[in-house]
Amino acid sequence: MFKKILIANRGEIACRVMRTAKRMGIKTVAVHSDPDAMALHVREADEAVSIGGSSAAESYLKIEKIVEACKATGAEAVHPGYGFLSENRAFAAALDAAGIAFIGPGVHAIAAMGDKIESKKLAKAAGVSTVPGYMGVIADGDEAVKIAGEIGYPVMIKASAGGGGKGMRLAKNDAEAKEGFRSATNEARSSFGDDRVFIEKYIEEPRHIEIQVMGDAHGNVIFLGERECSIQRRHQKVIEEAPSPFLDEATRAAMGAQAVALAQAVQYKSAGTVEFIVDRDRNFYFLEMNTRLQVEHPVTEEVTGLDLVELMIRVANGEKLPLTQADVTLTGHAIEARVYAEDPIRGFVPSIGRLTRYRPPEGVGVRVDTGVYEGAEITMFYDPMIAKLVTYGADRTEATHRMAQALDAFVIRGVNHNIGFLAAIMGRDRFASGRLSTDFIPTEFPDGFHGAELSAEHADQLVSLAAIAQHRLTAREFAAAPVAHRPSVPSDWTVLVGPPPRAQRQIHVQAGDDGAYAVTLDGTTRQILTQWTPGTGLFEAKIDGAGLAIQIDRNGTALTLFRAGAATEMRVVSRAVGALAGLMPVKTPPDLSKFLLSPMPGLLVSIAVTEGQEVKAGEELAVVEAMKMENLLRAERDGKVKKIAAAARESLAVDQVIIEFE
Amino acid sequence: MQEIFRRLQEKREAARIGGGLKRVEAQHKKGKLTARERLDVLLDEGSFEEWGMFVEHRSSDFGMDEQKIPGDGVVTGYGTINGRLVFVFSQDFTVFGGSLSEAHAEKICRIMDQALKVGAPVIGLNDSGGARIQEGVASLGGYAEVFQRNVTASGVVPQISMIMGPCAGGAVYSPAMTDFIFMVKDSSYMFVTGPDVVKTVTHESVTQEELGGAITHTTKSGVADLAFEDDLEALLELRRFMGFLPSSNRAPAPRYQTTDPIDRIDLSLDTLIPSNPNKPYDMMELIRKVVDEGDFFETQPGFAKNIITGFGRLDGQTVGFVANQPMVLAGCLDIESSKKAARFVRFCDCFEIPIVTLVDVPGFLPGTAQEFGGIIKHGAKLLYAYAEATVPKVTLITRKAYGGAYDVMASKHLRGDVNYAWPTAEIAVMGPKGAVEIIFRGDIGDPAKIEARTEEYREKFANPFVAASRGYIDEVIQPRSTRRRIIRSLAMLKDKQLTNPPKKHDNIPL
Repeated sequence: MFKKILIANRGEIACRVMRTAKRMGIKTVAVHSDPDAMALHVREADEAVSIGGSSAAESYLKIEKIVEACKATGAEAVHPGYGFLSENRAFAAALDAAGIAFIGPGVHAIAAMGDKIESKKLAKAAGVSTVPGYMGVIADGDEAVKIAGEIGYPVMIKASAGGGGKGMRLAKNDAEAKEGFRSATNEARSSFGDDRVFIEKYIEEPRHIEIQVMGDAHGNVIFLGERECSIQRRHQKVIEEAPSPFLDEATRAAMGAQAVALAQAVQYKSAGTVEFIVDRDRNFYFLEMNTRLQVEHPVTEEVTGLDLVELMIRVANGEKLPLTQADVTLTGHAIEARVYAEDPIRGFVPSIGRLTRYRPPEGVGVRVDTGVYEGAEITMFYDPMIAKLVTYGADRTEATHRMAQALDAFVIRGVNHNIGFLAAIMGRDRFASGRLSTDFIPTEFPDGFHGAELSAEHADQLVSLAAIAQHRLTAREFAAAPVAHRPSVPSDWTVLVGPPPRAQRQIHVQAGDDGAYAVTLDGTTRQILTQWTPGTGLFEAKIDGAGLAIQIDRNGTALTLFRAGAATEMRVVSRAVGALAGLMPVKTPPDLSKFLLSPMPGLLVSIAVTEGQEVKAGEELAVVEAMKMENLLRAERDGKVKKIAAAARESLAVDQVIIEFE
Repeated sequence: MQEIFRRLQEKREAARIGGGLKRVEAQHKKGKLTARERLDVLLDEGSFEEWGMFVEHRSSDFGMDEQKIPGDGVVTGYGTINGRLVFVFSQDFTVFGGSLSEAHAEKICRIMDQALKVGAPVIGLNDSGGARIQEGVASLGGYAEVFQRNVTASGVVPQISMIMGPCAGGAVYSPAMTDFIFMVKDSSYMFVTGPDVVKTVTHESVTQEELGGAITHTTKSGVADLAFEDDLEALLELRRFMGFLPSSNRAPAPRYQTTDPIDRIDLSLDTLIPSNPNKPYDMMELIRKVVDEGDFFETQPGFAKNIITGFGRLDGQTVGFVANQPMVLAGCLDIESSKKAARFVRFCDCFEIPIVTLVDVPGFLPGTAQEFGGIIKHGAKLLYAYAEATVPKVTLITRKAYGGAYDVMASKHLRGDVNYAWPTAEIAVMGPKGAVEIIFRGDIGDPAKIEARTEEYREKFANPFVAASRGYIDEVIQPRSTRRRIIRSLAMLKDKQLTNPPKKHDNIPL
C-alpha cells in the first residue's frame, strides 16, 4: 500500500479523503493556495505544501506545482478530489510521467469521457441510450439557431468541456438560442478555456439519476446503485439521495448494466458516475460520465456501507475490487443537503466572509463532511460550499426527519447560508412524496425563496419556547434586584410576533421544577421540558415528550427563533404592554425600485445602457461577475435611466447602486 | 367620607385622562403612546407611585386661568425596572402640548431632588412643545431649575433622556446634560432653532427630521446615543439598558447570574486577526465573544463608528468596553471618536464601572479638517479621560498600537492596571514602512534597501515583545483565552483603591 498520498484539492473533499487515508495508515500531504493557508484541510494533513496564488488557475490548477509538491514530499499517489484537476488528462499524464500514481481512472478514460461530444459517441457505441442532439462543433449563433430548429425546441446549449452547470443555457426559441449560444460560449471560455458548445433536446420534467460505478485495473466493473439528484438550482445539485424513490428494480438493473458496459468500454479502473436523465415513464438517457469521485458520494456510502475513497485508493494501488456485484446491497435511505454560503432570500447570491459561528449538528444518522471550522473564512476564490450534511435512516421518511432536525440545529453565523432553504425543501409535501424532477425548485418556489411558512403547530411551539426563554430571562433580571422591590415573575404574557403590526399571542406559563413548564396557548397546554439558559444558541427542549433542538438569537429584547427554514422574531412582554402594541405605527420601507442595486459583491463586467436611455422590462442592464459566474441583471419594469452610478470593471459591494432610474 | 373617596376617584380619573380623549387619539394617530402608557411599558407592572397628580399651573394671563388640567403636562413619580428603583418624569403632549410651566418644572425638580437623596436614576421621557409661552420668564426659570439639578446630579445618579416627541429651543439643554439620550425614529426631534428660523436666518431649507431627527442625531451630530423604531421598542430597550447601570455612584451595578463559563475558551478568536496587516476585521466579534452570553449594549453605534463603546457583562458584572474598530477608517482616532470615547470613559469612571479597552489603532487621522477642527484638544479629551480614571482598567492590544494613539488608549503609562497583548500586536511609533522612510531617508531611492530595512524594523518592533520587555505589557496572551484572562484581572481588581489628589474639580480640555 502507498505510504503517503497527496490530495490535490481543498475544502471538504480534501478533508474527506484524508480521513480515509488516516484510517488506512497512509500519511497525507495537503497543497494550498495563499488564501487557504489556514484552511481545515491544511490543518488536518500530516504535511502541507504552499503552492501560492489565489485563484484556482494560479494554484489548484497548476499541474507542475502539484507534481513538484509530490516529489518534494515523497508522495506516491495523488487523490484529485472533484473539480480542479480531477478530470484533467494532462494532469493524469504528468503524474504518470513522474511515476506517481493517480487515484482515479486512467488518462484514456478521462479523455474519452471528458469531452461531452466524444463521450456520447462512445456511449452510443456501447449500447447506452442517449438524448437526441447535435454532436458537432457549432460555428456561430445562426448555426445554433438552425440546429436547434432541427432538433426542436426546447433545447439545451452546453459547453463541451463543461460541468457543474457552468456554460449551460436553456433556449425555447430562436432568440434565446442565439443569446444562449453567445453567453454559453463566453462562460465556457472564461471557466474552461474552451468555448466549444453543443446542442441537445431538452427533456421536460426530467429526473436526474446517476449510477455509481467502480472498476479495477483487472477489468472488473461493478455498480453501487444509484443516486437521485433531481433537486437542482441552475443545474447545481442541492439535494441528493440514495436510493431514488422513483426507480424500480428492473430499471435500476438496466441502468446499472448500461453504466457498467460504458465503463468497461473505456477500461474504467476507479470510481466513476454515469449520469442519466429519466423521464416520467422511466425511459433513461445517458447524459455524461464523470470520471471522478462525486460530491454526493456519501449517500452511496451510507446505503452500501462502503468507503468509496478506500476502494479508489486500493484499486489505484493495483488491488482487485474486494467485492463483486452480488455483494452489493442497498440498505436504508440516505439524503445529502449541500450547505452553501449564499443568500437564498436574495436570489442565492454567493456570500463571503468569516464564519463567526459554526457548529454543525451531531446525532444518530447524521454525517457532516466539512472543510471549514468556526473562525474560518469563506473566500471569493472558490466554490462557496460550506459543508455536506448527510442523514441516514431506515427509510426515506426517517432520513428526511433527521435531515429536518439536523438543519434546525446547524449553527452558521457570519455569512449568509441556505440552511433555511434546505429546511423548507424538507418541509414540502412534494419532497415527502418523492415526486421529484429537475424543475422541483422553480415550480415549488416560483417567486424565489422568501423564508418558509411555518405550520400552525410549529408556530405555536416557537411562541411557547420564546415565552419560556423570556420567563427565564426575567427571573434572572428580577433576581439581581434588591429584595425589597423584587417582583414575582408573572405567568401571563403576550408574545408579540414579527415587526409591526405585531401579532399578539396571549400565553400562560406555569413554571414547575427542574425546567418543566406547562404552557397554555389558545386553550392548548403543552408540557415543555428544557434546561436552556440565556446565552445558549441552541434551544433544546421536549415538547409533550418529543425532542427538538432549534436556534435562538437574542438581539436586545427581541428573540429570534429559527425552525424549518423560518426565522420568527418575537418580543415577550406583559399583558399590559402587549395591549399597547397595536398602537405602534406600521412603517413602509423606503422605495428601492428606482435603483438597480448590485445583488452581490462582484465585478461589474459591463453596462448595457446609457444615461437618458428608455428601457423595457426584461432588457439587459448590466452584467456582474461573481464566483466566476456571469449574472445578467435585467430591468424589472419599463423606465428611463437617470444616472449610471458605477463604471465597468469596478468592484461592487452588495447593494451598491449601479443605475438610478427616473 | 364616602363622598370624599368618590371625589378622589373622580379627580384621579380626570387627571389620568390628561388632555382629553380627542388629544389622546391624536397622540395615538401619530404612532405615539401617551405619557402614562409610556410609563406602563417602562416600569414594572403596578410599581409606579405617582407624585403631583393634582398639581396645576398658577398662571392667569391670556385666559390660562380658564384652562387648568391636573398634572399640568407632566407625569412624575417613581417605580421599578426589573425590581430596581428609578425616578421618572413623562411629559404629556396632550396637555398644553407638554409645554413646561413653572409648576411642571417644579414637579420634575421634586423627583430629581428625591432621586439624588436616595441614589436612584432619573429617567425623563421628553415630549414637549417647549416653554409655556403664556408664563413668560417663569417658564424660563423653570428650565434653569431643571438644568441646575441635571448638573448637580451628574455623576451621582445616572440620568437618561428618552426623546419621544418634540424637544426644541432651551428645552434641549436638559437632555444634553444627561448621561444618555435615546430617540424614537420619525416621531422625535431635537434642535435649538427649528426649520422656520433656520430658513429666515441662513436661507437653508431643511425638514424637522433632517435638522434634528433621530437619524441625524445618532449619525451626524452625535447628540443622541440610540435611535429606535417606535415607542414600544425604545422603552423595552431602555429597560434592558438600565440593567447595565448602577443606581448611583454609591452602589455597584446589579450582578446577573450567568451560566456562561468564566473560563470559556473560544478557538475562533485565534483566527480573528487576518494575516494581511492591512485587512480589517470586525472588533465587535471579539467583544461579543468575550462578554457574558454575547450580550452587548452598544452606545452610539451609528456615530464615530471607528470606535466602539458600550456595556457588557463579565462574570455577571457590568463592564464598559472601548474598542477601536478596524472596519471603519482603519480604527484611527479622530475628533468624533475621541469625544465619543472620552465621554463614555468618564461615565464609567463616575459610576465605578471597570473599563476594558481593546486596541487596534494606527494613529490619529491626519488632515486639515482634523487640525482645523481642533483634534489637538479633542484628542486630549480621551487622553485626559483615561488618565484621570481610577476605576479598574484592563487593556488588550490586538494588533496595531502606533504612536501617540498607543499612549492614549489606556496604556500602562496612564495607570492601566493590566495591559495585555495578543501575539499579533505591533507596538511602535508608527508602521514599519513609514518609520523606515524617515530613519533611512537617504535610502529612499533604493527600493531593495528600503524593503530590507522595513523588514528589519518589522522584525524589531512589529511584535509585542519589545514593549513586554519594558514592562509596558504585562503579558502576551493567546486570543482564545481572552475572556478568562480579562475576567481574572477584573476579579483581582475588584477592591482596587486609587484616588486622585483633592481638588475642586479638574480642568478637562473642553
